[in-house]
Amino acid sequence: MTDFSDAISNALALVFGLDAALTEIVGLSLRVSLTAVAIAAAIGMPVGALLALYRFRGRFFLVVSMNALMGLPPVVVGLIVYLLLSRAGPFGVFGLLFTPTAMIIAQVLLVTPIIAALTRQVIEDLWVEYEEQMRSLGAGPGRAMPALLWDGRFTLITAILAGFGRATAEVGAVMIVGGNIDHVTRVMTTSIALEVSKGNLALALGLGIILLVLSAGINGAAYMIQHETRRWHA
Amino acid sequence: MNALAPGPVSASSILPLELDGVCFEAGGTRLIKDVSWRFGADLRTVVIGPNGAGKSLLLRLCHGLIKPSQGHVRWQNEANPARHQAMVFQRPVMLRRSVAANVDYALKLRHVPRRQRTDIIDRVLHETGLKRLADQPARVLSIGEQQKLALARAWALKPQVLFLDEPTASLDPAATHGVEEIIAAIHAQGTRIIMTTHDLGQARRMADEVLFINRGRILEAAPAKAFFEKPKNDLAQAFVRGELLWWNKGRDNRKNQPGLQT
Repeated sequence: MTDFSDAISNALALVFGLDAALTEIVGLSLRVSLTAVAIAAAIGMPVGALLALYRFRGRFFLVVSMNALMGLPPVVVGLIVYLLLSRAGPFGVFGLLFTPTAMIIAQVLLVTPIIAALTRQVIEDLWVEYEEQMRSLGAGPGRAMPALLWDGRFTLITAILAGFGRATAEVGAVMIVGGNIDHVTRVMTTSIALEVSKGNLALALGLGIILLVLSAGINGAAYMIQHETRRWHA
Repeated sequence: MNALAPGPVSASSILPLELDGVCFEAGGTRLIKDVSWRFGADLRTVVIGPNGAGKSLLLRLCHGLIKPSQGHVRWQNEANPARHQAMVFQRPVMLRRSVAANVDYALKLRHVPRRQRTDIIDRVLHETGLKRLADQPARVLSIGEQQKLALARAWALKPQVLFLDEPTASLDPAATHGVEEIIAAIHAQGTRIIMTTHDLGQARRMADEVLFINRGRILEAAPAKAFFEKPKNDLAQAFVRGELLWWNKGRDNRKNQPGLQT
């Protein structure tokens, strides 16, 4: 019990003392995950909107696949990206394995289905409500899409936050493709796994606290956004 | 009422609108049956009939929101008739943005330059009594105010033809009066009105011409005065008397026709 309370007090000292090792790890985590989520949003939102608004052969298969991919195990994504980026893989020449770029690629694959699937649902529901009015005003699905994305903005932000939550919390994919190299690819989750195995509970707990605060912050933001939506747009 | 600034378009009239043998089927059921009619210029046509008669479908066929299964819907100027029409629905559909931005969006879709848009928005909101609400989110307005905003948005487009599908069905008498005044003002500026209602009082107040439809067919079409004073069709007579029409399959000699509750 003393070990545990010592670990917590040491962890808090690291967090509030802005420990250099800890800030480096947190900084890399945020850089990787924010970049991945930005790319995933740029891909996932238009893909989700297209799936919501257009009817074509194979759409059903794509929608079901995308929903299924929301639960993609990070280690599987890590393995696939590892195979693709390894020396013998098709993209081996780029030398990306064990770099932050490889971690971003893996997280993009993890997060894109989440954002795309949630976007599809949001836009499809909005289109049911708006279609006749939009068509009457002269806007088919293509012209209406920006307005639909804008009108779904509050829910879409929640979708992006869900994607960010998934990216920051996963450990399997970044561990495999990043390799948890100190000062290069070490992020919060991989550090926690490593530090726990080394017995350095203080740093692991410090990182854990930051992850929890991030998670609480994300959930708080999502709640506030929903609240504001109801207040302003019924 | 002040005349509005020239709308997004000024072109030769797209009227008359002709329906030629128009049928519409959904799920194997024929809902509009062989409707032929010519909508001339200037009048206010009110389409009346019981629920399920096909009033709303008829409007959507005219407006081009659905395509007929058979027959033709023809406008005089075939080039781009949709550009000269607008429609107001029973339940107003507002985008999640301000009152003014809702009107602005419709004008943007019609490529109206920004400088003109500001003037048009200002005037339609003034004419519809919504100016004080211009910056409010549209979806928090009352249903009556939202319907006025839907009319303002349609008015801003200065359509040659305005379709209204039971525009006051969910409104109280005061809001209904406000909406009817706006429709009258839009008509006074030269817009052809084609609307549906099941409110006979409204039909009497608003109509120059009445189409009575039932089970997807036009059973009677007449000038409003003649229709309300002496309808020819027996079902129209019953409807005007305020009797209820209901489905009475196979009970009497008018098999598969509505019966009359007497």
